[in-house]
Amino acid sequence: MAQAKIKKKAEPAAGSEGTTAEERQVLLRSMLLQRRFEERCAEAYALGRIGGFCHLYIGQEAVGAGAMAALRADDYIITTYRDHGQALARGLSPRAIMAELFGRSDGCARGKGGSMHLFDRSLNFLGGHGIVGGHVPLGAGVGFAIKYRGGDQVCLCFMGESVVNTGAFHEALNMASLWKLPVVFLIENNRYGMGTALERASSIHDIYLRAASYDMPRAYVDGQDVLAVRSATLEAVRRARTESTPTLLEVRTYRFMGHSMSDAVSGTYRTKAELEEHMKRDPIMVLRIQMQEAGEIDDAGMAKLDEDVKAIVQDAWDFAEASPEPPLESLHEDVLVETST
Amino acid sequence: MSTVTYRDALNQALKEEMQRDDRVFLMGEEVGVYQGAYKVSKGLLQEFGEMRVVDTPITELGFAGIGVGAAMVGLRPVIEFMTWNFALLAIDQVVNAAAKLLYMSGGQFNIPIVFRGPNGAALQLSAQHSQAFESWLAHIPGLKVVSPGTPRDAKGLLKSAIRDDNPVVFFEGEMLYNTKGDVPDEEYVIPIGQAELKREGDHCTIVTYGKSALMAVQVADQLEKDGIRVDVVDLRTIRPMDVAAITASVRKTNRAVVLEEGWEVCGVGAQIVDHIQRDCFDDLDAPVIRVHQADVPMPYAKNLERAAKPDVAKTIAAVKKVMYLPD
Amino acid sequence: MATKVFMEALSPTMEEGRLVKWLKAEGDAVKSGETLAEVETDKAIMELVARGDGVLRKRLIAEGATSPVGSLIAVIAGADEDIASLVAGAAAGGPPPAAEATAPPAPTRDPQNAPPATATQATTAPASGPTPSPVPAPAQSAPPPSSSAASAGRLRSSPLARRLAAERGVDLGSIGGSGPGGRIIKRDVESAPAAAGTSPAMSTASARPATVGDYQDVPLTQIRKTIARRLAESIGPVPTFYLTAEFDLERAAEMRSAMAGMGDEYKVSFNDIVMKAVATALAEHPECNAHWLGDHIRYFNRVHLGMAVAVEDGLITPVLFDADRKGLRDIARESRELAARARDRRLKPDEYTGSTFSVSNLGMFGIDHFTAIINPPEAGILAIGGIEPRPVVVDGNVVVRRRLRVTMSCDHRVIDGATGAKFLQTVRRLLEVPLMLAW
Repeated sequence: MAQAKIKKKAEPAAGSEGTTAEERQVLLRSMLLQRRFEERCAEAYALGRIGGFCHLYIGQEAVGAGAMAALRADDYIITTYRDHGQALARGLSPRAIMAELFGRSDGCARGKGGSMHLFDRSLNFLGGHGIVGGHVPLGAGVGFAIKYRGGDQVCLCFMGESVVNTGAFHEALNMASLWKLPVVFLIENNRYGMGTALERASSIHDIYLRAASYDMPRAYVDGQDVLAVRSATLEAVRRARTESTPTLLEVRTYRFMGHSMSDAVSGTYRTKAELEEHMKRDPIMVLRIQMQEAGEIDDAGMAKLDEDVKAIVQDAWDFAEASPEPPLESLHEDVLVETST
Repeated sequence: MSTVTYRDALNQALKEEMQRDDRVFLMGEEVGVYQGAYKVSKGLLQEFGEMRVVDTPITELGFAGIGVGAAMVGLRPVIEFMTWNFALLAIDQVVNAAAKLLYMSGGQFNIPIVFRGPNGAALQLSAQHSQAFESWLAHIPGLKVVSPGTPRDAKGLLKSAIRDDNPVVFFEGEMLYNTKGDVPDEEYVIPIGQAELKREGDHCTIVTYGKSALMAVQVADQLEKDGIRVDVVDLRTIRPMDVAAITASVRKTNRAVVLEEGWEVCGVGAQIVDHIQRDCFDDLDAPVIRVHQADVPMPYAKNLERAAKPDVAKTIAAVKKVMYLPD
Repeated sequence: MATKVFMEALSPTMEEGRLVKWLKAEGDAVKSGETLAEVETDKAIMELVARGDGVLRKRLIAEGATSPVGSLIAVIAGADEDIASLVAGAAAGGPPPAAEATAPPAPTRDPQNAPPATATQATTAPASGPTPSPVPAPAQSAPPPSSSAASAGRLRSSPLARRLAAERGVDLGSIGGSGPGGRIIKRDVESAPAAAGTSPAMSTASARPATVGDYQDVPLTQIRKTIARRLAESIGPVPTFYLTAEFDLERAAEMRSAMAGMGDEYKVSFNDIVMKAVATALAEHPECNAHWLGDHIRYFNRVHLGMAVAVEDGLITPVLFDADRKGLRDIARESRELAARARDRRLKPDEYTGSTFSVSNLGMFGIDHFTAIINPPEAGILAIGGIEPRPVVVDGNVVVRRRLRVTMSCDHRVIDGATGAKFLQTVRRLLEVPLMLAW
């Protein structure tokens, strides 16, 4: 038994080995797209094009990009309300996402979900969920369904570190481990649950250790290093796919923006100095430097990539603005479906 | 036709639907090895195995969510709550997840799930175990809410609920499990959303559902002896509500009593009365009277419990009152 | 020379009329024979014509108001003629001007001159009441809830009652409400004749809710109208004829003794048995279970049997509702109880109104045969004498049998001779073969 536990003991995941130059290009582009997209989101929010709650992912792009790179097309993803980056990384159309944020009929949820609730059935993207912790049992349920049908897919369940204090998290992880469900519980530890620092909310500061109480394999990884995230997720996904065993993967990252658009970037709960310190490890910069050192990209290449990505985002904006508002008839649609059987 | 208990009627429905569709599974506390806290799932583990009859830890929030997740990707879970009192722990999954996913995904993810279990008071179980929650769930768009009162309705409606592509909340009654009634031997389903006239009369309408439907039938039989003929409209489904059945009856009788197990304030009965006042305003000869649980947590002592619950005598008094008859 | 304009009886059954519309304004010149106003009677709107020439000087009731036949409603006079005494007389003697009825009565020191309240109009402030105390009255001295529909200053009626009243042309202001707080409810409207004068028996509610299926209203045929008119002329308001029959109560008596032998709780009176038989027969003969309502006959599908009870200074008729559906045990218990309370004067109004047919029994006073007076609008009453041993011929032998003689008074406008006779045949069958009561 003691041996088993040692085997599961966390190791910082490996670095860039195992990726090709082409894959690194894809990851860089994915992170840059997320960044530029969300910068325009902030602008749109300020202009009143986007309403409601809007939680930006800026600073955490390596988590979405790296984790998604570890998945197959038929795997499932379920996540929280901070979902723009993951949706883009999974391949949801920037047009459909922006239209959704603008509340338009061409949005990926027909304008009914908004920022917190991006969905795409065709990509097995099971949505952004708005109740902290509430979607973790759903992720376990997807794993249950995979096992029920005897498939070899994996469910990747994203959550923030504050989720680990909810009952739903405990209940879901206990059953996932008890029933050996093929789920990767990926914690994006951005250090703050809204304005409450991790150390002020959790009795254990090494979040991945929570898995010990479910006898579940666990690891932590540097979340600003997209290649490390990818490789750690790959290991967890392999375990789920081939051993039908869940993993708790703690990804240590940092959010450069406020909790939501209505929240100051720094101030009451974190200092500007702390923020600036973390911003030195911008995940896009980290990969770019690695690639520059390897001769895989130069300034011109970077500028070209940035231009491409900005054009995509502008196209998404234009599309969203041109998309009609949802027709009023749709108000009462999608409450229930007609039963076919 | 066979005489079957409510419990066995539910068991038959589960068994037949699990045989019919291998995406259907039953999950909850004590549903497998123990054979069901109320023996509704008796024999199912033996027939279908532990992947389809899943014993869970005591973790309502967790397994309700597992059900919703499984339903998102195509399974058809039947989630058993040992009682609806415990289901309060899972209400986030029912209300925020199951009821909302279709809408907030813009129609992409329907949730074919059944949440079922006993609801309402049994005998002397006191405050935390004697609650009727149908008004809570019936409040929520995106759910269907069913509450059958007879074995025949229980079986036919549970089969419909399992086949439904939407989340269905299914309220049973601990005091109903042993009640017996005729159940057709052949395959049948009862559509969700259809009321049934359990007794016919032209003097007064009693609108009710679930366990209270049995009580309403007793009331009708007793009043019949005094020459008072009562229409008993058993809604069977609370959401969507068969408003046409209610209004047709009230237009005939001009008087209505609404009987429910739950509390008065914002109860299902309030919704029924609203439909009556809107659609039958010029047909009413008396204000509608509601019979319901006293506005207190359920007490333990026998006499207090009796005083708190709706019963035949209280309902008869209400009928006489809307008919302007002396008690 | 002034001409008084009265509310005229514009139909034979009319006791009051509702002024629908004045066709002449005060100050208009009118000639004898000119139409002054439209008045609503039973169901028709009739014209009220001037009976003299002059100027319509004063209108004493407002449009929509109801006034009894014979009351002064306007004055026609010369343009300068003094009519003050005529108008004042109307205020003192007749119903109050309806235009004022909606306004609170003006305070006056003289109760004699206070406008009298009509049956349905609330007197909100006592005209000569004490000066209100500045101190709030203690709760126990609060006035009891009024039984008037208009007690809160407006007519209270159920939505259904309003709809039915509109459909039937019933003036809600002319009927009383039997619901809580004087609310006019369905049964009040149904027991009120359409827009016509209401006899007390008619306007009081029946104690059981009537629904549309409880009776059929049958319009009068021409022949029925003629019979009604000619018979009424011949014999008075209720053209009555009498049918007498004698029944053999030997078997009923045996049954009664056998039951009494089983214990006190099974004791029933002969009257109970007769009531049961009459009620059962009425259910079989709705043509006798009917009300004459002037322009139509109401045949009841339910049997509410009135039971005349002698009280100290007269007579009252409590009602056994749905008597045909009650067993002997219930009839015995209820009639005993009703009679006792009748003698104690403790009956509530809804317990002695609403009968569809009545029975009167004087057998206990040693009367062996009598005729009873019909209680309008009922179409019949059965007078029951005492049960006497009498010699009768059975199979060629003279034997002594207990016999009962009854006489049915029939309103010929509703019941013809053969109709009544057939009803009595059924009563005979039920009493002579009492097992038929259980059929």
